[in-house]
Amino acid sequence: MPRKGLRKSKIRVKIMRLEELTIAKAHQGLVNKEFSSLELTKSFLERIDRLDKKIAAFLTVIPDLALRQAKRIDDLISQNRRIPLLAGVPCAVKDNILMEGVKCTAGSKILENYIAPYDATVVKKLKTEGAVILGKTNLDEFAMGSSTENSSFFPTRNPHDFSRVPGGSSGGSAAAVAADMAVYALGSDTGGSIRVPAAFCGTVGLKPTYGAVSRYGLIAMASSLDQIGPITKTVEDARIVFEVIAGKDVKDSTSVDSRFEIPAVLTRRNSKQIQNSKYPPFTHYSHTARSKIQNLKIGVPKEYFIKGMDKEVERQVREGIRKFEGAGARIEEISLPHGTDYALAAYYILTPCEISANLARYDGIRYGKSARKAKDLMEVYLNSREEGLGPEVRRRIMLGTYALSTGHYEAYYLRAQKVRTRIIEDFNKAFQKVDIILTPVSPVPAFRIGEKKDPLSMYLSDIFMTAVNLAGLPGMSLPCGKVGKLPVGLQIIGKPFEEDKILKVGEIFEKL
Amino acid sequence: MISRKEVQHIAKLARIGLTDKEIQRFQKELSSILDYIEKLKKVDVSKTEPTSHPRLIRNIMRKDQPRDEKTEVRKKLIEAAPCQERGYVKVKSVLK
Repeated sequence: MPRKGLRKSKIRVKIMRLEELTIAKAHQGLVNKEFSSLELTKSFLERIDRLDKKIAAFLTVIPDLALRQAKRIDDLISQNRRIPLLAGVPCAVKDNILMEGVKCTAGSKILENYIAPYDATVVKKLKTEGAVILGKTNLDEFAMGSSTENSSFFPTRNPHDFSRVPGGSSGGSAAAVAADMAVYALGSDTGGSIRVPAAFCGTVGLKPTYGAVSRYGLIAMASSLDQIGPITKTVEDARIVFEVIAGKDVKDSTSVDSRFEIPAVLTRRNSKQIQNSKYPPFTHYSHTARSKIQNLKIGVPKEYFIKGMDKEVERQVREGIRKFEGAGARIEEISLPHGTDYALAAYYILTPCEISANLARYDGIRYGKSARKAKDLMEVYLNSREEGLGPEVRRRIMLGTYALSTGHYEAYYLRAQKVRTRIIEDFNKAFQKVDIILTPVSPVPAFRIGEKKDPLSMYLSDIFMTAVNLAGLPGMSLPCGKVGKLPVGLQIIGKPFEEDKILKVGEIFEKL
Repeated sequence: MISRKEVQHIAKLARIGLTDKEIQRFQKELSSILDYIEKLKKVDVSKTEPTSHPRLIRNIMRKDQPRDEKTEVRKKLIEAAPCQERGYVKVKSVLK
């Protein structure tokens, strides 16, 4: 209902560009009719048009579908119907997550023309909420990489410095959010692929507990580690998206009913304030922030501040930890003896083994590219995979095949599985003493495009990441400072299914 | 350093075609990664059970029954195959 006051607030919002809005603010603007979803969506599409030539975050943009969805939400709003938080808010989805009728390449030539025949569960959930999906974002081929340089199509650039990588493998999603080309995005994380790009691009990135979010429709890399999660501008937004995508799904037998605090979800959904078209303020933690944090025991693992780490990154991370201390949290030094280089070594056995099995399906027969020249069935396999799969993907398939082959299985695969147990034991021990764990995300800020030529040096940039995946824990990266113009990330690790706690801690940190 | 023959053997097992130059490259790269992984030998795992999955779940079974799927989905799935005939995926002959 147009009233005099609205015009004023419209002007105020226009000064803050529409593309800068968070989910919470965009929702508020939509229900208050300060702008329409069509206006919002158009301004994002225009921005992508203008900016993405330089940043290259998107592999596919779907303006027709996005505008149609926006129109649908505007119709609901004009009928004064109640709309969910994500309704009409533009977002982006990593291109290894299926969206029906839209190309899904996983950043690989072998799936260059593959059209997804159905929706991933997370996409279905976003659609049910009325989300406006703008397009599919770039990634390292099959999510294998830490910089998005391994995309078979083009590298994505870091919006803070175009000569640098956005991190990977969800680099397109993080860059799109950081450059205001989407309000939020979905990524996937097998060994840091949400948290590293979130850190390099200065956004929030949540890797949920293994099993918290359905993997149905996510193109599989390592099935015992993969998780889908949000990349957002604020912790509050990460919470909103996580609450929508989390939950048991019959189509993913490893998904569970998360023990995520249900009341928090219910109060928000049923809030009378929403019905009254006013977004409930998410500040209900802030006034109790100090009292909450005083009971918080934070563990800082000594192994996570290593030689060769960028001094300025270390300073920023330590400064972040000191902020918690200043607010009254108890900081305790802990030990995760297998959390860094042993975890990385185990990861680079276990992941390639799962990859070599999962990627056997790209055989030139079922879907994707098939080699034109092949005299028999064997050549169909050999040539299709040679032509269609990039060097890093083939390297990992080879490594996994080697580790699983006769004579090597025990020395590599079985041993790595046992080290995985030790990593879980480390965390269990630590979590008997502390509530959450804080670590750096990456030992260095975003590096230059082309800087890491040797595959092993690229692997080492995930040194603080992989233990969380091997143990199936939730981990969140949030911005904690800058080195020059390059953002630095702080990682919060929680106990399984305690996303609510790490989100609360993150919300408190943003206000410190 | 793993041998040229080993790389060729793994490539064949993995059904990946490699050029001569790539065989050399993979020899070098795989060796350096395997060297890094050697450090796992330093961990005492003599009394440790292996973990294959982060959650303690047993196999989740369902009846092996065909699911009713919409014809258009079935059509789309078949059409995703590079080579088809009369609603089937076509493969080069397996047996000579």
